[in-house]
Amino acid sequence: MKTVCRIAALAAFFTASAASAQQLAPSPTLDAIKARGHIECGVHLGLPGFSFANDKGEWTGLDVDYCKSLAAAVLGDATKVKFTPTSVQQRWAVLQSGQVDLLSRNTTITFSRNATLGVNFQGINFYEGQTFVVRTKAKVAAVKDLADATICVAAGSTEEKTAADWFRERNLKVTIINFQKNDDAISAYDQGRCDAYTAGIGALAGQRIKFKDPNEHQILTEIISNDPQGPVTRWGDERWQLVVRWVLNGTIAAEALGVTSKNVEEMKAKSASSEVRRLLGAEGKFGQMMGLSDDWMFNAIKQVGNYGESYERTVGMGSALKLKRGANELWTKGGLLYSPPFQ
Amino acid sequence: MKAARPPLPGWLATLRQRLFATPVDIAVSFLCVYVVWRISLPLVDWLLVEANWRGTSREDCTSAGACWVFIRARFAQFMYGQYPVPERWRVDLLGALAVCAAAALSWRRLPRRREAAIAALAVLPPLGIWLLYGGLGLSIVETRAWGGLMLTLFLAVYAGLIAIPLGILLALGRRSRLPMIRFASIVFIEFWRGVPIITVIFLASLLLPLIMPTGFNVDRLARAVIGLAFVIAAYMAEAVRGGLQALPDGQVEAAQALGLGYWRITRLIVLPQALRIALPAMTNEFIALFKNTTLVLIVSIFDLLGIAQAALADPAWVGMNMEAYVFAGAIYWLACFGLSQWSRLQEKRLQAAYGR
Amino acid sequence: MIRFWRDRKVRDVLWQVLATVGLIVVVVFFVRNASDNMVKAGIASGFQFLWRDSGIEVPFNITGYKPSDIILALLWTGIVNTLLVSAAAVVVATVVGFTVGLMRLSNNWLLSTLAAVYIEFVRNIPLLFFVLFWYFGVLAALPTPKESYDFLGVAFLNRRGLSIPLPNEVTGFQLALLAIAVLIVVQLGLARWAKARQARTGRDFPTWMVGFVLCGLLPIAALAVAGAATSWDVPTLRGFNYRGGFVLVPEFVALFMALSTYTAGFIAEVVRGGIQSVRQGQIDAARALGLTPGRVVRLVVIPQAMPVIIPPITSQYLNLIKNSSLGAAIAYPEIVAVFMGSALVATGQAIEIIAITLGIYLTIGLAVSAFMNWYNARHRLVTR
Repeated sequence: MKTVCRIAALAAFFTASAASAQQLAPSPTLDAIKARGHIECGVHLGLPGFSFANDKGEWTGLDVDYCKSLAAAVLGDATKVKFTPTSVQQRWAVLQSGQVDLLSRNTTITFSRNATLGVNFQGINFYEGQTFVVRTKAKVAAVKDLADATICVAAGSTEEKTAADWFRERNLKVTIINFQKNDDAISAYDQGRCDAYTAGIGALAGQRIKFKDPNEHQILTEIISNDPQGPVTRWGDERWQLVVRWVLNGTIAAEALGVTSKNVEEMKAKSASSEVRRLLGAEGKFGQMMGLSDDWMFNAIKQVGNYGESYERTVGMGSALKLKRGANELWTKGGLLYSPPFQ
Repeated sequence: MKAARPPLPGWLATLRQRLFATPVDIAVSFLCVYVVWRISLPLVDWLLVEANWRGTSREDCTSAGACWVFIRARFAQFMYGQYPVPERWRVDLLGALAVCAAAALSWRRLPRRREAAIAALAVLPPLGIWLLYGGLGLSIVETRAWGGLMLTLFLAVYAGLIAIPLGILLALGRRSRLPMIRFASIVFIEFWRGVPIITVIFLASLLLPLIMPTGFNVDRLARAVIGLAFVIAAYMAEAVRGGLQALPDGQVEAAQALGLGYWRITRLIVLPQALRIALPAMTNEFIALFKNTTLVLIVSIFDLLGIAQAALADPAWVGMNMEAYVFAGAIYWLACFGLSQWSRLQEKRLQAAYGR
Repeated sequence: MIRFWRDRKVRDVLWQVLATVGLIVVVVFFVRNASDNMVKAGIASGFQFLWRDSGIEVPFNITGYKPSDIILALLWTGIVNTLLVSAAAVVVATVVGFTVGLMRLSNNWLLSTLAAVYIEFVRNIPLLFFVLFWYFGVLAALPTPKESYDFLGVAFLNRRGLSIPLPNEVTGFQLALLAIAVLIVVQLGLARWAKARQARTGRDFPTWMVGFVLCGLLPIAALAVAGAATSWDVPTLRGFNYRGGFVLVPEFVALFMALSTYTAGFIAEVVRGGIQSVRQGQIDAARALGLTPGRVVRLVVIPQAMPVIIPPITSQYLNLIKNSSLGAAIAYPEIVAVFMGSALVATGQAIEIIAITLGIYLTIGLAVSAFMNWYNARHRLVTR
């Protein structure tokens, strides 16, 4: 009996390992994450609503939530993630050198970054649009009124280049001052060094509360660019890229399918929709195809919530930022978000 | 030639000699008094008289002066950064141990002082890392949670611990009779002395992960310590070289005549004397290191200044820039001034000992 | 075998071979890791990026740089800005440092205490504090552009900097500068001749008075003529800011003030040490000869103190140049800010950019050291 058991176990072991060897490409990043027991996530130095640490060192925000979802999906526990704050300058080197597993930090997807920096963008978790904050008493109604103005900006950001291009194309002269950190640029603007500070509309909503008197400032509604932002991984390790991409898709799909952190158990048990059942691991064994457990998205949604819940809590009406969904609404409701099907 | 005046009482004479010797002197003295008056009056007003001391939030700061309430509310963070509250006793314990050891060792009649110093140097640094980082029974506190004054002190002390022996070796290497070793030492020293520390910290944080084998991750804080230590080692080497040069050649020649080898001469004759001479200069380099730890904030490590800046970003305490900078600056000033006074004391002692 | 080990020459060679091999192994290990890691990460390498379009705005430059220029031009702008602020700060730090150093030695107790307080205050606080203080302090103290301080309607001071007029035509100024150069050469020759004559005949020549006319008044006249002959681009308030002319930005002013006041504290200590190294007997002898106190300092004390002062002051100058990299913290566009900051983010080529940056600082440092060594050697010859 014992021998039979042993043979059976051995056989099971071999078939299992053979099967996994056939299906799964090696993923050093996933192996490393499982070995160390947490995900290393590179976030912004401090941007309320997106990634912000309070005085106890607890991180909150939309980008932070995504990393928590990822931790829940990969390790089954949303708290098993550690955040490395990165500046605009550091972010690529920190990712390239393997100090973080991914970046989730308000980073705009651009062609040259994708082509020359050895990084891949794994989807869009926030459609940002660039605009300006100005003093109310300056009486600026549109961006073109900023001709001859001085503009503070974070060096090396897409905003720097977008603003410079926008004014150059229109033959308007502006002076652009590059600061190494967003916070330095903001305080220089607040001190009157500049007439305007430029950043994404979402970022500005969060940063506005850092001004001495927020009521003296106004955020222009005109938007001069589209800055889609999302998680970034380095080249190589396709299976890890797959996980990063589909966890993001999963949180968006969950919202579209009506799965929330409150009803996720009920949905898994009772839902008639095959896509919901595949998403939550009730059928299809989708998790195993990537080398995760089948309840990967179940854990992510149970512990962190779907995209909509996360949005409302961090930047939406449930937060201090009070941003409308806008482009970041599901495509069925007039926004731009959608997930490819879980099939 | 002048008519004899009635002698003035001692202190008045001194006063006249030191302040009112000539008409120009009188004018200068009054100008000085005026300048001091104009600067110190508003300063004292802001710092003390009009300042707000009591309360818990920004709304409690109603008078025109400084809002020290902010510092009180954030004091723990300025000291420990994000170090978890239940574990902070470990930092305190380490600080107490270090202070006790330093106090005991500076007592000149401590029995077996030399052995005690070596034992303290061998035990305290690893013990410190264990207490701060954890492991072996203590819960692990990662370096990303460290911050504030504790981090500043850690950076300075551990970079110094690496830099001093390395600097001594480099100084010896620079005076070696072997051309290859001399050349390598000179290149190392002049390279690190020639580049700004801000670039070195950047270099260490970007390049170290890149030149290490894959999967071998150097901790963020360790990278900053290594970068700082290399630069300071180069400066320390020059300070030690000054000490070595001040040593008369006869010392080494006498030792050679006794048949001692290079390492024994260095260890027993050269270094004890040279280091004593170089101590003030080395202390000054350490002060420079201490001040330069502020630059780590460009790689998002939150030392005292970094945590002060981070606290400024808190929406609940907007506009406390002056308070934060004055508080942090005062801590730096006290530490550096204390060290430099100590260094001067050593210098005086040295001059007395050498009868110069 | 034992003899072989005891032989000093053999041992020397062995040690050196060991050290060389060890160094090579370490370097090869690091370089191989780096190239492996870079290939794996797909990071571009090489120096071609220097010829790519930069697209980075630099608000303060005297090189005529435009965002449509290549990155190499951006680097050059950064170097020029570093040298510009360093040169200005070196001059002022030296003047203030000497003044404070002499004040420290003054017989007047109040004056020397004030100098000591200044020195101890400046030397014991990190430079970054001063840079931030001057920047935000200066900004807070200045008015908005609409309420600018107006200097005769041609120069304006506000939070965006000091706007001054620029000449539209520069040939007149080039001629004036040429004339000034000629005058300086004439003055140097005159000083030499006067000195030689004094040594020969003992007759004094009013070198300083002549020099003041030659190098002070005549150039001003020349510049005034050149200025009157050309039209000027006077700054005018357009919309938000003054446009036209040249703008001295607050970043420059703040960094310049921080560097010069900070370094002055260190130079003052160097000067004090140097002057104290001059023996009292020298001063007494000079006084006994009937020299005025000013001449005692100028003719006896300073020349003897200089050889002691110059080496440490050189390292202070080098420190100042290196410290100008802190301008990156307040957006002053020097090398670290524009090249290691903006250009690095734009291209992502960390290794090349850091190597170039370090190389530039080392080159500047070597050049300054060489100059000061030359100056010191010359000075020694003259004093002997």
